[in-house]
Amino acid sequence: MKTSVLIIGGGATGTGLARDLALRGVQSILVEKGDLNAGASGANHGLLHSGGRYVASDPETAKECREEGEILKQVASNCIENTGGLFVAVAGDDEKYVADFPVLCSRCGIPAHELDPKEALELEPTLSRQVITAYAVEDAFIDPFKLSMENMDQALSLGGSLLCHTKVVGFECSNRRIQSVHLKNTRTGETIIVEAEQVVNATGAWAGEVAALAGISIDLLYSKGSLLITDSRIATRVVNRLRPSSDADILVPGGTVSLLGTTSIRIESLDDIRPTIAEMDHIIDQAAEVIPVLKDTRYIRAYSGVRPLVASQSAGDDRSVSRSFALLDHARDGLENFATITGGKLSTYRYMAEKTADLVCARMGVSKPCVTRTEPLPSSETSRWTEPGLAPKEWIKRGAPEDLILCECEMVPKSVIDRIVTSIRDQGDRADLRGIGLRSRIGKGTCQGAFCGIRITAHLYDKGDLQADEGLVGLRTFLNERWKGVRPILWDGSLIQEELQEAMHCGLFGLEL
Amino acid sequence: MSDVETGKFDVCIIGTGMAGMASALYAANRGLSTVQVGSAGEIMFASGLLDLLGVHPVEEKRAINRPWEGINELRKDMPNHPYARIKEQDIRAAFDEFLSFLQDASLPYQRRNERNCQVITSLGTLKTTYCVPKTMWNGVDALETKKPCLLVDIRGFKGFSAGQMAAALQDVWPDLRTARISFPETEHMSEVYAEQMARALDSPQNRAKLIEMLKPHVKDVQTVGMPTIFGVSRTHEVVSDLNKGLGVTVFEIPTLPPSVSGVRLKEAFEERIPDKGVRLLPREKVLKVHHGTDGYFTLGIGQETTDRTLKARGIILASGRFLGKGLQADREHIRETIFDLPVTQPPDRTQWHRKNFLDPSGHPINRAGLEIDDSFRPLDSSGRPAFKWLFAAGSILAHQDWMRMKCGSGLALATGFAAVQSFVRLFR
Repeated sequence: MKTSVLIIGGGATGTGLARDLALRGVQSILVEKGDLNAGASGANHGLLHSGGRYVASDPETAKECREEGEILKQVASNCIENTGGLFVAVAGDDEKYVADFPVLCSRCGIPAHELDPKEALELEPTLSRQVITAYAVEDAFIDPFKLSMENMDQALSLGGSLLCHTKVVGFECSNRRIQSVHLKNTRTGETIIVEAEQVVNATGAWAGEVAALAGISIDLLYSKGSLLITDSRIATRVVNRLRPSSDADILVPGGTVSLLGTTSIRIESLDDIRPTIAEMDHIIDQAAEVIPVLKDTRYIRAYSGVRPLVASQSAGDDRSVSRSFALLDHARDGLENFATITGGKLSTYRYMAEKTADLVCARMGVSKPCVTRTEPLPSSETSRWTEPGLAPKEWIKRGAPEDLILCECEMVPKSVIDRIVTSIRDQGDRADLRGIGLRSRIGKGTCQGAFCGIRITAHLYDKGDLQADEGLVGLRTFLNERWKGVRPILWDGSLIQEELQEAMHCGLFGLEL
Repeated sequence: MSDVETGKFDVCIIGTGMAGMASALYAANRGLSTVQVGSAGEIMFASGLLDLLGVHPVEEKRAINRPWEGINELRKDMPNHPYARIKEQDIRAAFDEFLSFLQDASLPYQRRNERNCQVITSLGTLKTTYCVPKTMWNGVDALETKKPCLLVDIRGFKGFSAGQMAAALQDVWPDLRTARISFPETEHMSEVYAEQMARALDSPQNRAKLIEMLKPHVKDVQTVGMPTIFGVSRTHEVVSDLNKGLGVTVFEIPTLPPSVSGVRLKEAFEERIPDKGVRLLPREKVLKVHHGTDGYFTLGIGQETTDRTLKARGIILASGRFLGKGLQADREHIRETIFDLPVTQPPDRTQWHRKNFLDPSGHPINRAGLEIDDSFRPLDSSGRPAFKWLFAAGSILAHQDWMRMKCGSGLALATGFAAVQSFVRLFR
């Protein structure tokens, strides 16, 4: 296989880069070892930062967030719910930080409008009565799955290629260049060799591991962040705690739920990333100081992502390490057609892609400039089903009653599953429950896949997409995967749900045997 | 003596799941004036299969073929398991009495006395159980002899794919064929439900139509498997008409809960248990309980607020686990909801569940529950019976994992039987 640019990593940056290049007429192949957004791009708050979070610790990132927020609200509005946000401090919070906040915001050009605590309570009645200060900022919710899929879909429509479940196993280098990249399909074991003019490593936390395959060392710190999903939407706006960055500072409303987090825990290895019970309890206790109802609300799932922080060899708190990104030109390491883009934030993904594409294009002598600043991101058929409430709305509108609802919690009908299966197949891959889950709301409701997993498996067998015991193997994998996020929040209502699920999957079906 | 009019009973059974229903039956059969309270519904989630002991030890995933021998091993390996406190003859008697009640309620079951049997599930897995509704028995037989078999699924009935079962079971049962039909009179409907089809088949006209639908598909097979829909109250007639009409045997395959098997059990109980003299108060909860100086428990009963007060000499607590709301958990602790009895449990939440959902050893939280003495009386924190006349039965008991061991119904029946026996011994 030959291509102009091989992009490694199917997160926000990799897919954004594929689109940026495609719009400049540069052909690319994107290779992803799992599925799209399998890393941190799929495990974050979905927060389009106003920048306010970073005004004290990292003004550069704060400014980037502000600029990118403004751009994305224009060009990617279909992925964004412009909720607005608040920064609030409660009695006992650091008063100096509170006092400095408006000054620091204005220095970064970030609009922050002071509210009377009473006003803030009127806007967000779930806030604690202990609120002493509040500012309104321009935060928003951005659907990271939809975003990456739309970027990818446009790249594909312009001639790009995507290889999911395909992993880089080695680089062949000579004459200061990567001559070819060896890939392996993790499902079939098939090996593929790609010759690319340029190779970009956009693998986030895995950037060090991938670069190491080419003999290059990148010093990355891994910071795990865990988050919780509530079963209903708690607030209408993003609520940030007005204090120096700490745990459980941000509650983001996303569609019908809210996302609460995070923690920041230094980890040494990327194996087996999962949220822990201690993190959950800590997040809830902290966040309840600002929004007391979070103590008693029902949570449906937790998840963890890993922030790749480019080490400045500094000791101390990971939060003080810059959240800005690193574009590493490996020419200086002896490989002239290789670069790594890592670090950064979801909010600045477009800018990261632009800078990377600029570097790659300059190397290839492509002079066409970046257009993603102004060119709207088209919505695509395959990416739209991540939006909560869309599937039922369309289902009712179509009024096709033979179109059975397979996921009853999130009302996802058969036709949507069929379309997603087809689109995955069109991208040269095979649909399984995980892949369908990534592209829709299945498994995200109260039952967490207990019922819809079974119904969709049956449907895939009926369509002839599954043979022998593949469906059972896939169901076990799917359930164990969902479990990672369910296990730490099992008490009260979620525990009841879990017991029903286990009675069914183990008691009756014997899936553990 | 106790008396229904004054709301004074010998025994109050709390819970309307399998253990509560069985306990009420045993109590009534022994001439006790019995009242049963429960918020209903739980038994709807029963699979309808009566497990005795299917897997032991769970860590080894060892399937048990001879359950009575398995229970004898279990007595040694797990001396705290509730089975270890009950004589084999009593467990057998519990089954006999329960099955005879179901037989009388037109819900006949079938078993091999000494051996477990296997059924295929709607997922395409094999399930080891002890006793199955008679409507499923032909399937047990057909699986054992690998008879050429047609699996039929139904248009609009979700989560039940004949193709899936045939594919997943191809190694153990090669001669499985598949067909899809529209259930009679549902051509205009998109989705069909098991209970709706089962109720339709209680009528002979619909059975005749179903037979016509099935006939063209029944070629070169000796048996036909379908989802559990062969009637709610007239299952025997449905099976016999289908057998006759098709010229081959038919059988039911267990489906996702809440299933028709659960509905049948619920209706059989709710109809027949009052005939036994049990005062059944389904859809109600015990909101308050107090043990008075007169030696009686006073129970406040209602949905949200206390609507009535009952008195009972003894109580059998069969309120179930989390789904049944006999146990409740917050972030720190698991507690028993009615008497606040001590619950044996892992030290903290980090040890409730294992890292993998499908870990064969099972989650430690599932072995949490009430400690009891040999008379099935729950213990207080000092290790003595909490009350002289309070007994406990079913899944609320500690030291068992019915979901992994496949012993749920056996546990419900045997412990209900033992609790009632102890009560009677003390009472007389």
